[in-house]
Amino acid sequence: MSLTSDPPVGPSTGPPIDPPVEPPADPPAAKEAGSGAGPDELTVVPVRHPWRWVAIAATAVLLAQFLNGLITNPGWEWDVFAQFFTAPTILKAVWVTLQLTVYGTAIGFALGIVLAFMRLSASVFLRTVAYGYIWAFRSIPLIVQLLFWFNLAYLYKELQFGIPFGPGFFAFDTMNLVGATSAAVLGLALHQAAYAAEIVRGGVLAVGSGQLEAAAALGIPKFRQLRRIVLPQAMRSILPNAANEIISLFKGTSIVSVMAIGELFYQVQVVYGRNGRVVPLLMVATVWYILLTTALSVLQHYVERHYAKGAVR
Amino acid sequence: MSAPSDAMVEIRSVHKKFGSLEVLRGIDLSVRPGEVTVILGPSGSGKSTLLRTINHLEKVDRGWISVDGTLVGYRRDGDKLYELREREVLRQRTRIGFVFQNFNLFPHLTVLENIIEAPISALRRPRKEAVASAEKLLERVGLSDKAAAYPGQLSGGQQQRVAIARALALEPRLLLFDEPTSALDPELVGEVLDVIKDLAHGGTTMIVVTHEIGFAREVADTVVFMDEGRIVEQGPPADVLDRPTQERTRAFLSKVL
Repeated sequence: MSLTSDPPVGPSTGPPIDPPVEPPADPPAAKEAGSGAGPDELTVVPVRHPWRWVAIAATAVLLAQFLNGLITNPGWEWDVFAQFFTAPTILKAVWVTLQLTVYGTAIGFALGIVLAFMRLSASVFLRTVAYGYIWAFRSIPLIVQLLFWFNLAYLYKELQFGIPFGPGFFAFDTMNLVGATSAAVLGLALHQAAYAAEIVRGGVLAVGSGQLEAAAALGIPKFRQLRRIVLPQAMRSILPNAANEIISLFKGTSIVSVMAIGELFYQVQVVYGRNGRVVPLLMVATVWYILLTTALSVLQHYVERHYAKGAVR
Repeated sequence: MSAPSDAMVEIRSVHKKFGSLEVLRGIDLSVRPGEVTVILGPSGSGKSTLLRTINHLEKVDRGWISVDGTLVGYRRDGDKLYELREREVLRQRTRIGFVFQNFNLFPHLTVLENIIEAPISALRRPRKEAVASAEKLLERVGLSDKAAAYPGQLSGGQQQRVAIARALALEPRLLLFDEPTSALDPELVGEVLDVIKDLAHGGTTMIVVTHEIGFAREVADTVVFMDEGRIVEQGPPADVLDRPTQERTRAFLSKVL
């Protein structure tokens, strides 16, 4: 009997596949073993998989056709692609996309950590406020939120710092302070914070209560307990989800194009609006998104490996 | 409240409820320095809860506990007890070592890092000094060669010995053991009990919750039998284990012996 990665056929792999051959083959083997022949005289013959080869051949043909199309179909216009892939205007747009991602992630997760600990707090008030925030920002579509932030100046003409409900010290014109780009960062970050909060909370909850008890019983200071005992262990379950979020935020920045911000997708649209070469320019954006997502995935692998220290699996 | 007595641990009329369930219904107990007290009793008798109140992992609802002449978890002013801030409770706990049933080693830290964490962060010992004494402790529990290993690479018995070394690293005045061998394979129980016996003979004050009657007989100065949140009887092992005066104690011992 051989071990294969095929779907299990039951404890006796032989008979169902090949009923006429296997049963007569068995008794002689048993007899040989019974007659005292050494096990080194028996040869194992793996099961053959003819249909697997058929499937491989069919898949290979389809793949070859697809690649052939990519190379030979003139509609892809690879020369246009090459011309624009590293054009300064595109590179600048890639840089804007990266900035939106980095600021959105950093502010989003910073706020998310605060919200997560508010939701884990003993105070009903803090828990409710955090829950309300998460509820609201998960309920409103991102694009609607972005348009709200973009029109913030319509609601509040002036932002003022000072005593709450009292006199103010500094005042800013909202239009100047919250420009299009910062409105976009704000929108992405506030939206991201709601999701980040739940991811961080899930990670903290995944750390066994025994860990906190042990840290408390040893008298380790509270902040140190969090930083040294809880967060490193929480990171193991936070990281895969966080990487998902960062990657989806990275691609989600393309939504900001509705606010006419010069990020990658908007810039590509501008260019093909001018020269009409839609497909090659979409490919420019696609390849940049794929490249950078791949880089993030590689980074994720190494960060996860760092936090897997001492893990049994 | 009495003036500081010669007792290391003083427990007076301690009550504790979980919701409507009364887990502790008035516990009085004192433990003298250098003594080994073993608490026996059926599941749900409140013995683990009692142990956990001694280092304030559980708050008491009524009564008080003092360790080494200091109230645990509270500050007395007149006839009121004020709850201490967490920072102060944490500082108190550094004088009380606690060993858990499930070891609760930090899985992402090596054996050595597990042991030096509290001395460095809670007692502000220099790292070099903490490492040197951790190495001595590992030698004492017979695990010198495992300093760089992660807990996941050790057997249950080895993990519990590391947990004991970790508790000892704070040089506590009192050691509390909560069923230290209940999560171990039978053949690993001996190595952990040997370490605890060794500490007992060395004069460490300890309170041990366990089901190991043989250990109680051999090591305990006092055996305490608990049931339904009360102390049913207490005394030297020869009395409580061999000539129990209470019917409940007899019934329990006849099942476990």
